[in-house]
This record gives sequence, structure tokens and C-alpha cells, in this order.
Amino acid sequence: MALPDRMAYLTVAMHRFANPARFQRIATAILPWSAGLTVLLLAAGLYLGLVASPADYQQGDTVRIMYIHVPSAWMALFIYANMALASAVGFVWRHPLADLFCRAVAPVGAGFTAVCLITGSLWGEPMWGTWWVWDARLTSVLILFFLYLGYIALVNAFDDPVRGLKAGAILVLVGVVNLPIIKFSVDWWNTLHQPASVSRLGRPALDPAMLTPLMVMAAAFMAYFVTLALLRTRAELLNRRIQVLQMARGAS
Amino acid sequence: MTRKKRRLYLLGLSLGGLAVAAALALIAFQDNLLFFYSPSDLQAKTLAPEQRFRLGGLVAEESFEHLSDGITVRFVVTDLTNTIPVVFAGILPDLFREGQGVVAEGRLRADGVFEASDVLAKHDETYMPREVADALKQSGEWRGDE
Amino acid sequence: MSDFLAMGGYAVYVWSAYAIAALVLVVLLAMSLGALKRREAALRLLEAAREARPRGEPTGSGSAPVPESSR
Repeated sequence: MALPDRMAYLTVAMHRFANPARFQRIATAILPWSAGLTVLLLAAGLYLGLVASPADYQQGDTVRIMYIHVPSAWMALFIYANMALASAVGFVWRHPLADLFCRAVAPVGAGFTAVCLITGSLWGEPMWGTWWVWDARLTSVLILFFLYLGYIALVNAFDDPVRGLKAGAILVLVGVVNLPIIKFSVDWWNTLHQPASVSRLGRPALDPAMLTPLMVMAAAFMAYFVTLALLRTRAELLNRRIQVLQMARGAS
Repeated sequence: MTRKKRRLYLLGLSLGGLAVAAALALIAFQDNLLFFYSPSDLQAKTLAPEQRFRLGGLVAEESFEHLSDGITVRFVVTDLTNTIPVVFAGILPDLFREGQGVVAEGRLRADGVFEASDVLAKHDETYMPREVADALKQSGEWRGDE
Repeated sequence: MSDFLAMGGYAVYVWSAYAIAALVLVVLLAMSLGALKRREAALRLLEAAREARPRGEPTGSGSAPVPESSR
């Protein structure tokens, strides 16, 4: 970019750096706890899911795939919702950390979506009789996966990182309409994927012996996400400072 | 109004407009999004004779039988209001059984029998250990494979 | 133990699912830690260079100081 733009970017970027020190302090405080919780919850969840819980009366031991598949689905949706919120906050309030956080967590969301899709196929083949169907639930989750990948590609395609993040924010907000579609797909349309088991009021559809490992794994994945979000946002902040310093060197 | 407020309104209106557009598109494509038709749906619709589609419902109790050629099976799909007989000459999934959900892909023959090329099992959202299921069956409170 | 591994006949499906989840989570963590370390190192280098620059390069002759051109 031209020299005046470069100076303007530098000024604005330097101004932003008042905030990150606070984030760094918070991150340093929380990280050991979230990391420790992740390890503990994963250990407990794996034990409960693989050893200490019963097989299902109709699905047998394949039900243990649920303890990976469902929490990763929840995280895939949760992370995207966070990205949408961050994009909105970045757009309206121009908070410096919002866009960086959004960019930081996108690969984690993509990872969880991939795990959800793959474990879903591994579960569907023995139980339904197929690896994949184009029903509303599966198709909309696949679209979510493409949204994550599209976002990552988009923000990396720009020379100017700030413009890249702005474009990415727009993509995330446009795609947010997919979230209610995913959630309600099994209610709105005839699908092969069965309706929700956990959100039913009244008679619960999940036996407590299976609900427990599910919730522990969900908590484990959440702790894992917090850990990675902190690590990756910190890395994004460092990256921005590196870019600023490199530009300062280049301009001198 | 402040620039921040203007951005807030812009965001809200854009998202609202997007939601309306998506809702309209989904309503318009309702039919194409249906993964399967139930027997009652078929009663209401008239489909082209050779059209392939998916039929979904429950396998009617005591309707399953092997045909004399040793490969083909026959069963009835019901949605508790209407029924359609189905013939199928392939491998059935593990979970296939009477009273269980099923989705069959194929076409409706002129004689009203659905000729399936693929059969998938559809299970409900209930999960419980075998002991609990057995206990429910014994006490007579088993709600069946709803 | 063999019952446990066999997973009621569904071993391939169940263990593959857990394996792929473990793989993705570990790879994401490794990449995140790696990127953080690399950037911390790069930043240290850059900030050290920034500290060094205003003092000018060590030269043989006592020449006039080079005018500041940073920022």
C-alpha cells in the first residue's frame, strides 16, 4: 500500500495496543486452569464413555461414538456463534480484539465440524446403513464446514490484514442463518437423522448412564476450546505486533 | 445519530433481511428438501410413474417375510395412518426390524408396490441400557420403537 | 479386555471415531503451540533489533550520528 496509508495503518495499529496487555494478563491467569480442566475432564469422559457406561439397547456399543459426535457438533455450532458475535462486535464497536479472536478460533471450529462429520459417518454406516445422505441435517452441517474453510481462505487472501478480517466478518454474519437451520432441520423437514435427545423437556430421551459421559465430554471439549482460544488469540496479537514492527522497519 | 448507532442499525437490518430471504427460499424449496415421503404423503401426491423417491415410515408389525426366491424380502411401511407394501432384494441394515423406522429408496410400481433399491434404518432419539429396556418391556410400559 | 476392544462387533467404527477425534485435537494443539512459540521468537528478534538501532552501527570513525528515521 502507498506510504500515507501505511503510516495511517501504523498509527491506528499502535493505538490498538493499549488493550492487549489486559488480555495477556487474563490469558496468563486462566490458561493453566483451562488446560488442567481439559486434561481432567477428558480423562473422566473417556473412562465414562468407553468403560463405565452401558451399551445401548438398540445401537449397542456404537452409542459410544455419541460421546464424541454430539459434543463436537455442539462445539462446531458454539464456535461459529462466537465468531458471529465477535464479527458483530467488531463491526459495531470496533473492538480491536474481536476480529483477532474470530480469526483465531476459526480453525478450531473447522476441526470440530470435521470431527462431527467424520464420526457421524462412522456411526451412520453400521446403524443407518450408509456413510452419508443428503438430508437437511447433514447437508447443513457440511455447509457449516465450508463456511469455516471459506472464512479461513478469505481472511488469508488479502494483503491488508484489516480488510481481510472485515471481509471475513461479513461472510460469518451472512452464514449465521445456517445455525438455526442446522438446529431445527430435524424438526422442520423429514430427515434420516433423528430429532434431538437432549433438549426434550419432560421425559428425557437419554438414560442418565449415557447423559453423564456426554456432558463430561462436552465440558472437556469446552475447556479445550477455551485453552486453544486463549493460545491462538495471544498468537494473533503477537502477529499483529510483529506486522507493525516489520512495517516500521520497512518504512525507516 | 452516532456512527456506532448507525452501524448497529445497519447490522440489524441486514441480518433481518437475510433471515427473511432465507426463510422465503426454504419455504419455496420445501418439497425438494424433504428427505422422504410418508405413505400418507404419497396418498396426497401424484408422482410420475417412473419417478424415484424415498419412502419413510415404520416397518409394520408382522409384515416381514422372505419371498420364495430366497433373496427378495417383502414388508409393509406404515405411518400408522396409511401403508405401502415394499419389496427389496439387497442387504438390510443391522437395525432393520419390525416396529423400527425405515427409509427405502426406489420407485412405486404400477401395482402399488414400492420396489426398493436401497433400505436404510432410521432410529429414534431414545437411548437406554439393555437392562432398562428389558425392565420396561417386562413391566408392560414399553412404548415401542416410536 | 478383548470384549472391550471388540466393542460388540463395531470395533472399527468406534475406535476410528475416537482416533480421528484425538488426532484432530492433538494436531490443533500442536499447531497452536508451535505458532505461538515461533511468533514469540520472531518478536524477540524484532524488538532486540529495534533496541539496537537507535544506538547506531559501531563504526571505526567518529562520524556524525545518523538521523533517526524510525516512525
